[in-house]
Amino acid sequence: MNETFQSASQGEAPILELEGVQKSFGAVRALRDGTLSVRPGSIHALIGENGAGKSTLVKIVAGVHRRDGGDLRFRGESVDFASTAESKAAGIAVIYQEPTLFPDLSVTENIFMGRQPLLSGRRIDRGAMHAEATSLFRRLGVDLDPRRLARGLSIADQQIIEIAKAISLDAALLIMDEPTAALSGVEVERLFQVARSLRDEGRGLVFISHRFDEVFALCDTVTVMRDGAYVATQALADTTVDALVAQMVGREVGELFPKTPAPVGDVVLSVEGLTSAGVFHDVSFEVRAGEIVGLAGLVGAGRSEIARAVFGVDSYDSGTVRLDGREVRRGDPRGAVRAGMALVPEDRRKQGLVVEGSVARNIASVIRRGLSTAGVLTGSAEDRASSPWAAKLQVKTNALDMPAATMSGGNQQKVVIAKWLATEPKLLIIDEPTRGIDVGTKSEVHRLLSDLAGQGMAIVMISSELPEVLGMADRVLVVCEGRISAELDRADATPEKVMLAATRRNDQEVHA
Amino acid sequence: MSTDLLVQPSATSPTRRVLGGLLRSREIAVFTVLVALILVTTVKNDGFLFSSTGFRDLLLTPCLLLILATGQTVVIITRNVDLSVGSTLGLSAYLTGRLFVDHPGLPIPVVFLAGMAFGAVLGLVNGVLVAWGKVPALVITLGTLYIYRGAFLTWAGSDRINASDLPRGFSRLGTQQLLGVPVLTIIALVVLAVVGYFLWTARAGRELYAIGSDPDAATLYGLRVSRRVLLAFVVSGALAGLAGVVYAARYGTVSSGAGYGIELQAVGAAVIGGVAIFGGSGTVWGAAIGAFLLVTINRALPILGISDFWQQAVVGALILAAVALDRLLTLRQERKLVEANDR
Repeated sequence: MNETFQSASQGEAPILELEGVQKSFGAVRALRDGTLSVRPGSIHALIGENGAGKSTLVKIVAGVHRRDGGDLRFRGESVDFASTAESKAAGIAVIYQEPTLFPDLSVTENIFMGRQPLLSGRRIDRGAMHAEATSLFRRLGVDLDPRRLARGLSIADQQIIEIAKAISLDAALLIMDEPTAALSGVEVERLFQVARSLRDEGRGLVFISHRFDEVFALCDTVTVMRDGAYVATQALADTTVDALVAQMVGREVGELFPKTPAPVGDVVLSVEGLTSAGVFHDVSFEVRAGEIVGLAGLVGAGRSEIARAVFGVDSYDSGTVRLDGREVRRGDPRGAVRAGMALVPEDRRKQGLVVEGSVARNIASVIRRGLSTAGVLTGSAEDRASSPWAAKLQVKTNALDMPAATMSGGNQQKVVIAKWLATEPKLLIIDEPTRGIDVGTKSEVHRLLSDLAGQGMAIVMISSELPEVLGMADRVLVVCEGRISAELDRADATPEKVMLAATRRNDQEVHA
Repeated sequence: MSTDLLVQPSATSPTRRVLGGLLRSREIAVFTVLVALILVTTVKNDGFLFSSTGFRDLLLTPCLLLILATGQTVVIITRNVDLSVGSTLGLSAYLTGRLFVDHPGLPIPVVFLAGMAFGAVLGLVNGVLVAWGKVPALVITLGTLYIYRGAFLTWAGSDRINASDLPRGFSRLGTQQLLGVPVLTIIALVVLAVVGYFLWTARAGRELYAIGSDPDAATLYGLRVSRRVLLAFVVSGALAGLAGVVYAARYGTVSSGAGYGIELQAVGAAVIGGVAIFGGSGTVWGAAIGAFLLVTINRALPILGISDFWQQAVVGALILAAVALDRLLTLRQERKLVEANDR
């Protein structure tokens, strides 16, 4: 295609170089040390746990975010992209995890939007555009109708269009952020063929994936990231899955997460064969009183979906959920609450709180029926009911009538927990209990969960932070692509085992 | 793994595509309804079509709404809406009269340009507020609807423009014909053609569709979303300004009630013509036929002996039917696609 790529060789200068790139969002440091060096004619894997900073790094290279510090060089020149248009013009194409297509436009227009071939008078040359799209698809080995609308295309075909877009841009650098997450085996193979041919043309490729088999099959070099920082870069030929996993998780599980052993009682929650087509499959587990069960796995593995189905927010196709031996009706969250379940959701601002409402109102919101006299709910009744909980959880607020929106993330989380504890549940499902919370409050939340278990509550904790799961959970269930791929006791659960089980394709057996 | 295994056929044959396209085409469906309506009404009273004024009015009456619906479509395609066009039309119509009163002898084309420029400025205000204020266009333009109308009332007071204030050459435009077609209708059709051509074949036009189809994707794609949305509002404002001048030429009198409530008809015409209210799809051709249908229904129903109340209800039913049809087609399409993907 392009002459400049022909001469590429292994020894050539890197096409993309990042050194010590930093980025913070508010108080959260998403990227502390983004370091990456991609050679032309190479497929470079970028791996790391959830929240390791991979996506932030990609978005800085793509011009979605601007870096706070550090060096970013593209083709040897220092660059600072203010928009995706600038990075695109420079020759960088990014395929995001979620394809970003315009559903109402044709496949061809999706590829050429903003750069359509023109006739005289700046008219779009539709014929040339369709012909070019057809030849792109032929080259990619797909039989897509360039005139059809993008609406309703399978994820695989959408990815193909993203790739066609990147090729038509004649991009020198192609970044793929988990492109295979939604693809089947055949489609993955097709994608790999394309990637290899692009590599052979001398382009640089960055491939982000959680699947080690794919990383080893496709890439030549790998960079590992952890906690927003660079860990190591090495040739894939010189390393092993175990070594990479060790680099990804290499963190001490400290005393930060003090789960104290509690006497384990009877089975509280029993889930059998829970299945929801395309979301999760044949999920079975039990949770006993006094026990914290951790649901580990990658973002998008289906953990939150399982929790929502158990609680009855989402319906499911088959399977049963029993609480204290009694079956809980599917799709009936009110019934679940009555039966003694509580769910602290992942996104507290959107799903857990009425942020405009007062602290007292939020805490009392689930139990408000019991508080009202003759159908009238007074503010003082709310205050009376909520103040012991606020005190117990040390919610730092000047007054219970302050709006929840004014509080810090940690205190908001306490309010959500208080709200559910006020219902005196037997089972507490808590999704990402400490996301975006400062360290101090974090350990308070952990101590609280530990105390609750000690009092005989059954707890299901979903967390993407491996140390949190390992520190808090009596048992760890690893979810991978909608299935439980491993069940590990506290003593057995090592970061490596969890990580391996979380990244296995579902056709592979895991022996824990 | 061999290459031919990787090919997954998913193309439709050209014949099926063209045929399916025609059957699904909203433009043709609405046009058929329009033709049927004209036929039925003409059978009832042949003066509706076969009289000198009948044919003229059939073409002349919709031209105001046609211009507004064209501008409205440009905005709706970007997943916005412009409710201020009725007030803009009124202001521009009054400005037209004032220009002729205060500057007798001003060339007519200059007045047309002045009206459009004035409307464009009002549209620019809307566009700036929407593109950079991050407030939904519905709320912004609801606000400017009242502000512009208020400015109009303050400016005009109880004053009104009368036919005698306007130069004869200008008022004659309202009835003049060229080859049997009213001049104002020709103006409206030229506007329609220019905007339709722009949306179909200019990069900026296609980007408007992309933005309405998925604003977040458009940003990631590197499209200049704010600028394009601004452009859409300027076009809508300029066309509302033009409609104001046409209003003055057509009716001769302009009072402070001019254009009151017409913005909702413009939105209705676009929706009936198949312009998706959530942006991204629809054409000005459809909106134009929708405008024709709306105006013609209002004129035809009295002839068919249907009372005032039912006229309004019929328009409402038409809008609901159009939306229900869209929803139905989308659902059917989605179900088909899900089945195809599950294969």
